[in-house]
Amino acid sequence: MTLAAVKLSYGYPGRTIGRNLSLAVEAGEAVALLGPNGGGKTTLLKTMLGLLPPHAGAVSIDGYSLLAMTVGERARRIAYVPQGHAPAFAFSVRDIVLMGRTAHNGLFASPTAVDRVVVEAKLAELGVRHLLDTPYTMISGGERQLVLIARALVQEPRYVVLDEPTASLDFGNQGKVMRQIRTLTAQGLGVLFTTHDPNQAMRYADRAALLGDGILKAEGAPGNVITRASLQALYGAPVTCVGNEADTAFLPA
Amino acid sequence: MSDRFGATGGLVLGLGLLVVGVSLAFSVGRFPVGLMDLASALWSRLSGEPSTLTPAAEAVIFNIRGPRVLAAILCGAALAVAGGAFQGLFRNPLVSPDILGASSGAALGAITGIYISAGIVVIQGLAFAGGLLAVALVYLIGTSIRSGDIALVLVLTGVVVGSLLGAGVGLLKYVADPYNQLPAMTFWLLGSLAGTDKNDLLPLFGPIALGTIILIALRWRINVLSLPEDEARALGLATGALRIAIVAAATLVTSASVAAAGIIGWVGLIVPHLARFIVGPEFGRLIPTAALFGASYLLLIDTLARSMAQVEVPLGILTAIIGTPVFIWLLTSARRSWS
Repeated sequence: MTLAAVKLSYGYPGRTIGRNLSLAVEAGEAVALLGPNGGGKTTLLKTMLGLLPPHAGAVSIDGYSLLAMTVGERARRIAYVPQGHAPAFAFSVRDIVLMGRTAHNGLFASPTAVDRVVVEAKLAELGVRHLLDTPYTMISGGERQLVLIARALVQEPRYVVLDEPTASLDFGNQGKVMRQIRTLTAQGLGVLFTTHDPNQAMRYADRAALLGDGILKAEGAPGNVITRASLQALYGAPVTCVGNEADTAFLPA
Repeated sequence: MSDRFGATGGLVLGLGLLVVGVSLAFSVGRFPVGLMDLASALWSRLSGEPSTLTPAAEAVIFNIRGPRVLAAILCGAALAVAGGAFQGLFRNPLVSPDILGASSGAALGAITGIYISAGIVVIQGLAFAGGLLAVALVYLIGTSIRSGDIALVLVLTGVVVGSLLGAGVGLLKYVADPYNQLPAMTFWLLGSLAGTDKNDLLPLFGPIALGTIILIALRWRINVLSLPEDEARALGLATGALRIAIVAAATLVTSASVAAAGIIGWVGLIVPHLARFIVGPEFGRLIPTAALFGASYLLLIDTLARSMAQVEVPLGILTAIIGTPVFIWLLTSARRSWS
């Protein structure tokens, strides 16, 4: 049970960003993707979601090539939690999460009573059921992230891909979202997320992958991969290290 | 369940407005027809009993004012529904049915028809074909540009192609016969339902019904499509094919209306806004309310157009005069999030 990129070259049409990259996310584990701005993290996520075609190599889910699936089949296996954003229209939180059920319904269908129950239960599980009828545009950044996670989960996927899930969140909400990621892995989902905080990767990820200039610099257990030296090389900036060997945190110097 | 209440409230309000619009439309004019007379005329037609009304009143109801009222209802509803669909499709509450060149293409088609002194059926056919061709052209150019946000690229392409088509309209007006053709062209470009008769209704109803049924069927997917492109696809939407279907349906509806009534701006921009204000953005709830509001709005405008002065005032002028301040009011007073 693996979401796997094998010898993948990826990028936008006419512009290859990353080359010859292999990365696997197993069911029940969280993989953190670290790297500088413009290093190709988001592009890699989009390619692994099937939103961009690979330039070479392949992405597969549980052994089946992503390219051979319809968009609907893909959406029932892998879900995307984008960075919180303001949509053009003020849909209610209920409607936003119901949109996660789209791939389970027919072309001309509207959400069913079952879909509504699933959505309410999932929002309750994430502790944001009280927001059901609030416009999505009126809730806070942390609440948006939880609502988008709920939307991804009602897709009933096996893998969830999150793009900087804690960007622009306050301290408390960062913890809330990261703990939620552990809940997902405990339920057997494979999780791939990008982050700018190596400490999050240390604390919440089972494995970390360092991506710079489109090349996978290192990959493995966070404690082995994330070191002062590897971070300095990855970001091209000085890093300090606090705490002791058992409980380390990194800070930009 | 505030949204449920809002949806019901929107429908009740829309139906109320439509009843008011219809009674005003029949009771205003040189030959006023009251609601009771209208009801008894309809009853006598349905039941086959002899009518108590004068033949003149019957003629006003069934041959003159009735078709015009129905045409106003159909065109208003069509423009509002198409406007709502285009706004969702382009993720922008400020676009209108003519954004992809549907109106300017239809205008060029109709003006060409007038220029070659064709009959009314040919003019309508050309308007229709012009609208569809213009949108197809915009779509082909827009989708061949493979950079940037597809929605934005299409809107910009629509503006560019629209101005080219506008130049074509200008050229034909310039070379047209200033005594016979130019007034007809100007009149048509400003929009009017004055010439509507019974035989115009079927060619108007067919395409509007077809396009609207497609949009209603795809209502939920139109919601999802209003999210950013990547998200919509990650949620399982085949966005490319879906966008073509929605553009085709909305253009069909718009072109039918333009072919029958000429260019009537603003309805497709403002009415979906007002409807969204009351029932929220969910497209399944938005369509019926927007359709009822649009029908009532154009009916009221058309009643005003034929009664306020000795001569008919073009619809496009009235919708612009009323639409501009309403739109500015909407922009300034509404919560930023209403859309």
